[in-house]
Amino acid sequence: MIPQTFEYKKAQTIDEALALLREHGDEAKVLAGGHSLIPLMKLRLSTPELLIDIGGIQELSEIREQDGRIELGALVTHRTIEFSELLKQKCPVLPEAAAQIGDPQVRNKGTIGGSLAHADPAADYPAVVLALDAEIEATGPDGRRTIPVRDFFQGLFTTALRPGELLTRVRVPVMPPRSGAAYLKFPNPASRYAVVGVAAFVKLAPDDTCAEVRIGITGAAAAAFRATEAEKRLVGKTIDDRTLTAALEDMVDPDDLLSDLAATAEYRAHLCHVLTRRALRQAFERAHG
Amino acid sequence: MEARAYIGAPIRRVEDRRFVTGRGRYTDDIVLPGMLYAWIVRSPHAHARIRAIRTEKARQHPGVVAVFTGKDMLDDGVGSLPTGWQIGPDMKEPPHYALAVDKVRYVGDGVAVVIAETKAAARDAAELVEVDYEELPAVVDAAEALKEGAPLVHDEAPGNLCYVWELGDREATDRALATAHHVTKLEFVNQRLIPNAIEPRSAIGHYDPGRDELTLYTSSQNPHLIRLLLSAFVLKIPEHKVRVISPDVGGGFGSKIFHYPEEVICAWSSRKLGRPVKWTAVRSESFVSDAHGRDHITTAEMGFDRDGRIVGLRVRTIANLGAYLSTFAPGVPTWLYGTLLAGQYKTPHIHVEVKGVFTNTTPVDAYRGAGRPEATYVVERLVDLAAHEMGLDPAELRRRNFIQPDEFPYQTPVVLQYDSGNYEGALNKALEMADYWKLREEQKRAREQGRLIGIGLSCYIEACGLAPSKVAGAIGVRAGLYESAAIRVLPTGKVQVFTGTHSHGQGHETTFAQIVAHELGIPLEDVEVIHGDTAEIPFGMGTYGSRSLATGGSAIYRALEKVKAKARKIAAHKLEVAEEDLEFRNGQFIVKGTDRAISFGDIALTAYVPHDYPEGLEPGLEENAFYDPANFTFPFGAHLSVVEVDPETGRVKLLRYVAVDDVGRIINPMIVEGQIHGGVAQGVGQALLEGAIYDRSSGQLLTGSLLDYALPRADDLPSFEVGHQETPCPHNPLGAKGAGEAGTIAATACVVNAVVDALYHLGVRDIRMPLTPERVWRAMRGLPTDGHAS
Repeated sequence: MIPQTFEYKKAQTIDEALALLREHGDEAKVLAGGHSLIPLMKLRLSTPELLIDIGGIQELSEIREQDGRIELGALVTHRTIEFSELLKQKCPVLPEAAAQIGDPQVRNKGTIGGSLAHADPAADYPAVVLALDAEIEATGPDGRRTIPVRDFFQGLFTTALRPGELLTRVRVPVMPPRSGAAYLKFPNPASRYAVVGVAAFVKLAPDDTCAEVRIGITGAAAAAFRATEAEKRLVGKTIDDRTLTAALEDMVDPDDLLSDLAATAEYRAHLCHVLTRRALRQAFERAHG
Repeated sequence: MEARAYIGAPIRRVEDRRFVTGRGRYTDDIVLPGMLYAWIVRSPHAHARIRAIRTEKARQHPGVVAVFTGKDMLDDGVGSLPTGWQIGPDMKEPPHYALAVDKVRYVGDGVAVVIAETKAAARDAAELVEVDYEELPAVVDAAEALKEGAPLVHDEAPGNLCYVWELGDREATDRALATAHHVTKLEFVNQRLIPNAIEPRSAIGHYDPGRDELTLYTSSQNPHLIRLLLSAFVLKIPEHKVRVISPDVGGGFGSKIFHYPEEVICAWSSRKLGRPVKWTAVRSESFVSDAHGRDHITTAEMGFDRDGRIVGLRVRTIANLGAYLSTFAPGVPTWLYGTLLAGQYKTPHIHVEVKGVFTNTTPVDAYRGAGRPEATYVVERLVDLAAHEMGLDPAELRRRNFIQPDEFPYQTPVVLQYDSGNYEGALNKALEMADYWKLREEQKRAREQGRLIGIGLSCYIEACGLAPSKVAGAIGVRAGLYESAAIRVLPTGKVQVFTGTHSHGQGHETTFAQIVAHELGIPLEDVEVIHGDTAEIPFGMGTYGSRSLATGGSAIYRALEKVKAKARKIAAHKLEVAEEDLEFRNGQFIVKGTDRAISFGDIALTAYVPHDYPEGLEPGLEENAFYDPANFTFPFGAHLSVVEVDPETGRVKLLRYVAVDDVGRIINPMIVEGQIHGGVAQGVGQALLEGAIYDRSSGQLLTGSLLDYALPRADDLPSFEVGHQETPCPHNPLGAKGAGEAGTIAATACVVNAVVDALYHLGVRDIRMPLTPERVWRAMRGLPTDGHAS
């Protein structure tokens, strides 16, 4: 497990990191927690000439609440999220998902920014940030911009980040009153990545019907996605067996899903259905408090 | 003072302190002055002709010392890796060179070795070795390989057939099945497994030109055998000029029994270069280069009379041997499999036919249980399914067929003579521990609530304590299977024990020390167990097949008897009495009926300072023994598992696992329990999680890393409930049978039986292993469970 020879540079600030990216372009890879990149390098599936280590950029390691949102720096680790009191109170589905990533060693090192920018189709966060309708902050040579998360995941390991840009922050909304969310994962028994992972968000109207529903699905397709058709069918409905059966029917097309050693597309479609049903029920119960 | 009764005591393993504090010394921990590092260039193709290998660029890479190919080794007279087991006179034994010469035959087959000052340089330069391959069609499935027109793996083996082997009475079995009241038939795959010892294999060749001596450090389960094969067969150098050291070894499960190409490559290249050469596998290399296990395609039929008594068993198996014959490969799906097909039952007629087949896959050889889990799977799946089909309780059907305690020794129709057993006793104990009838009630109630609970049984037998050498010879093993021991008592009364077995996780340093301390009445701390270095230990056969205690422990016991006999002579002289007037108790020779005594320590000192000493007796107190067992040992047991299947996703949760094992006399119950736990975990792994998958057209190993190959983890398993029954082995001095493989042998069938039990009312008779959620989900819907990847 020996990677190809590479140069290593440590950036102390976002500007330093951007300058290095500008200078080295395609030859460089950004290193955060390293828990996706380093294994690929050891297997020589990724052979960057330069690693730009952003791990020391202090301002990207913070979680703070601002204007009804919680802002997480790209370098916040899964473990920090898992144990964050602020998130447990204001957006508990994120710690719930973080606790299901990898193992303690991975969670101690891996970062939310790294995971989102890597866009592994079976990572856990994408489903959750989609269901939360989060925002991604990217910083590039022309300054900062905000990318709605629904536009962020574009394909297999492909995001809306532009060359030379760094994912710097993620903003998730504080859970509004009478809302609930849940993340359920059907793990690959070997890798423990999601064969299918479903995050559901439900906000109730005063009459206990669904005012807002969002369903984020990871693992099933080349990129995480929202089950928008099913979401629409549930608005104005209560969550019970009948409405779920009607709303989730054909919620995904197996032709759009992955088929691999872990599961065929047909089975993945079935899991999407089962996990969505279960996640919506949990989210609905939580919304009721 | 009463000496401690060490035998039977649950003593913590003395070796664990160094292991858990990171102070173990594994092959890869060893750094020798001037050491070089080898990286092996492996074939990316399953089957290809090597047109040319260009090594110039790699040679010029900074730090590279040499690049060798298979041709270099062949030209230097290096021989083929030999096979240690012959199955019939017509068995095909195509050559297996450490590095492929003209053709590569599986993904991972070595083609060249790059040797450099650093591992990184060797790794980088390996990418500069240019191999010109002419790709050939490949075949990975053994049944496909037998078909007309299949790609030919070896010219020497037409039709890819290595051998056809049969055992038992074909006609009598056919007749019994033709007239049976009921026949249960199953066609199934016992899938290929990848062992995954926690320590990847490693080897260091260290040639000393001054003394013309070669030392090979290797992560092996049997150093003496490696020395014999390497010196006499492969490198053709004098055996006494070779020393093999297997230091601490981090697990093997059988995969480290065999003589591997990398051992030859490191040894030979060190001789060429005059410097030590080390190779250590990376995990993805272990996946393709460690011998795999299992990989059978089987059709089996079991016939019953009207009362549910077994009348006959017919088994047809195609065994995938991989691309080359690994050291003991031919014997595993034959003698270690077919002879166990009687299980615990009175089966009057058995006939088994096995075809050993070459394919373009990693060689297959013994893996924990080796043949016996496969046999148990055949018998226990059939019995369980038959009970369902005949509307009988699975425990009851087994009861009707058990060999009874008063029927031993029991001659099976497939060679073995079981020496002892109480099968019903073990089953009853397991049923009691699990509260079986209450479980059946709960299962019924759960089903009414839409929950799918299943209960599985597995009553296994194994043949361990390998093996009586005469029998080994008769069944084609090209070695004796006795074991050796030497006991060296030091002048201070401390004792060194040299064993020909090899501990790679079994805890021999504790168990063997317990035997010695118990028998000599000395503290455990006064005993040191030494193994793994051919320069220190007597010629022994290593560790596999749960043989170490039954054969190695018995050899130690025999050597102890000699030590005690000589000590008695010295004691009689010192105490001026006749030998028969002495009794040995609590570490002292005592003159019967008196308080006159001499301690073992004083005798030891006298032996080495023989100033006042028996006339004609040799000084010193050191004895050795070679123990050749009279028979195999036959551990057995009954396991029970409870599973719950998620009716929506097909996911199986193992709720309970009860294991009752009879491994004979137990020296250390804590170690035995640990062995059962580990074994069960691996057996559950095969049932639910593990399975090597090759791409059928390209021959690529698709499950080539831990990202895709699922090993069982703690959260996949319940807390095991372990019980014991002790029926001592009647023919070895310790009464021990062996415990290393029991769990693996029982658990796979046990868990599959439980899942099928949960789903039988839905029309499910069988599900292909591993029972992944998708397969179970498909089975519940009546869809086929093979033919798709997972």
